[in-house]
Amino acid sequence: MSFMDQVIAWEEFDFKDFFEKVTTRDVQRSLHRDILAFRDLLHLLSPCAQDFLEPMAQKARLLTRQYFGRTIGLYAPLYISDYCVNQCTYCGFNAHTRFARTKLTLDQIDQEAEAIAKTGIRHILVLTGEAPARTPMSYLTDAVRILKKYFSSIGLEIFPMDEADYRILVAAGADSLTVYQEVYDRKIYKQVHPGGKKADYAYRLLTPERGAQAGFRAVNIGALFGLGNPMAEAFMAGLHARYLEQTYPDVEVSLSLPRMTKAEGATAFCHSFPDISFVQCMLAWRLFMPRLGITISTRESAAFRDRLVHLGATRYSAGSRTDVGGYARNLEDSTVQFAVTDARSVDQITRMIRKSGFQPVFKDWESVI
Amino acid sequence: MAKNDNDVLVLGGKSFTNRLLTGTGKFSSRSLISPMLEASGSQMITVALRRVDMGSKDENILTFIPDTVTLLPNTSGARTAKEAIRIARIARESGCGNFIKIEVITDMQYLLPDNQETLKATEVLAKEGFVVLPYMMPDITFARQLHDAGAAAVMPLGSPIGTNLGLEMKSMIKRIIEISSLPVVVDAGIGRPSQAAQAMEMGADAVLVNTAIATSADPVRAGKAFGMAVAAGRMAYLADMADEQDFAEASSPLTGFLRS
Repeated sequence: MSFMDQVIAWEEFDFKDFFEKVTTRDVQRSLHRDILAFRDLLHLLSPCAQDFLEPMAQKARLLTRQYFGRTIGLYAPLYISDYCVNQCTYCGFNAHTRFARTKLTLDQIDQEAEAIAKTGIRHILVLTGEAPARTPMSYLTDAVRILKKYFSSIGLEIFPMDEADYRILVAAGADSLTVYQEVYDRKIYKQVHPGGKKADYAYRLLTPERGAQAGFRAVNIGALFGLGNPMAEAFMAGLHARYLEQTYPDVEVSLSLPRMTKAEGATAFCHSFPDISFVQCMLAWRLFMPRLGITISTRESAAFRDRLVHLGATRYSAGSRTDVGGYARNLEDSTVQFAVTDARSVDQITRMIRKSGFQPVFKDWESVI
Repeated sequence: MAKNDNDVLVLGGKSFTNRLLTGTGKFSSRSLISPMLEASGSQMITVALRRVDMGSKDENILTFIPDTVTLLPNTSGARTAKEAIRIARIARESGCGNFIKIEVITDMQYLLPDNQETLKATEVLAKEGFVVLPYMMPDITFARQLHDAGAAAVMPLGSPIGTNLGLEMKSMIKRIIEISSLPVVVDAGIGRPSQAAQAMEMGADAVLVNTAIATSADPVRAGKAFGMAVAAGRMAYLADMADEQDFAEASSPLTGFLRS
């Protein structure tokens, strides 16, 4: 049994019809349950549940406070290469977009790491496009070893790999893995991934499982909201998170809610996913999985991120640059993977978190390798 | 245990007059830790090594803890005995002292301890001279094994971490208190001062409270409330007060005739 079986099983399900039939009573009952089943998650993602956002938020806040305390973890993304052979129609790094691609040298990675570490950040997330020829294992393991000098936790958001390769990176010092399915709907997945290795839906879907088996202590997943029907996608992502939590109980599972932002060269159709749906989805997840990590990136605006601190979020990126080499060089005109909307510095984010009555946590892992 | 006025808890050669252990996690601000310690009277505080940043002047949590308070580093994040042992050694090397609270957790959903791995880590670390306080599932046989492995105390959970459910494991903890020659510290799940008092009345040697204090709206006041409750519970225990009974003791309808 892998999560692929569940994806197939849910393909026949008429989400639209189900969501429309959810009643006030359904929502109320699901809202007040101690342990929520998948049906409860569906209820809380329905249009009817939008009338219950306040009680959902109150409960979500309580649960988050109980299990995570009044704290927000901080991390920064580090793009080390934007070479990519994939043709994702929604992405600024896709193979058809013409721009001067960059791959950081090991010295440059060191400089970027130093610039980020100066801000106090101790958790780093390393990102690349999918171009194994440009960023082979030797390059990636060297990168991880350099970053270990500066950071206590190293997360990877790189192209999906086999378990054996992940083991090598874990042994080098990486401890967490982020991989977004982008879209759980298989038809849409095919449309927006017309070529490249990424066109293999099942290989991507099972990536978090390979990562968990390889020994990553934390796995972060998500859908790219906008590609498919948002609430059906939110449901599948929630189901995926619970599957991972139950199958790999020693792995910390977290979810992200990346919303599509405009990127250079992106052509994909985008479903609307307004703030109210974003919050509803986040609250529903929190009620469904009280110990779930919820990561909020700088794709979201400063004003919106300030509010999300109180609504179940547990981890924020801060001071992010989404261009390769952006931290040390600070270029104005480089190509970004997505547009950063919250451009505040680490200091500014830290102050906001403190002012909101939360403790910013810079370090929450100790590498024992 | 001698019930005298000079009531101290001795752990690792140190004497503690206060029996509330506290924690550093989950506070809205680290600056609350010191006033909380003062208000509660707590003399020992646990800190996750994963949260300690020795390299940072502003963010090093240890700078928020007064020197008079004993540090109890914990191995949060460890999933195996091997990892717990490494974390303990790093803690000692970085100047956090000899005390170590072993937390080996392989269940992220409920954060329940893995007793087998905990035992392995206890054996190794006790031999290396650590004062080992293992967080454990309340299990009598296991408490005995930890004793033999060289633990300095046992720390059975009251209920799962962060749940505030109180002494859900009451009858198991009672048995451990009964048989254990080691101090028993009830750890995790205590959500209210009354629950802490109850654990102390039962004869626990100490309790560890973090979530309930740290996540309250006023951690300093909550710390004080827990400090008082623990002291009251301890005093009640020493006073050897009559146990609760769930039956009445009136006449002797069954055996009265023997004496008439």
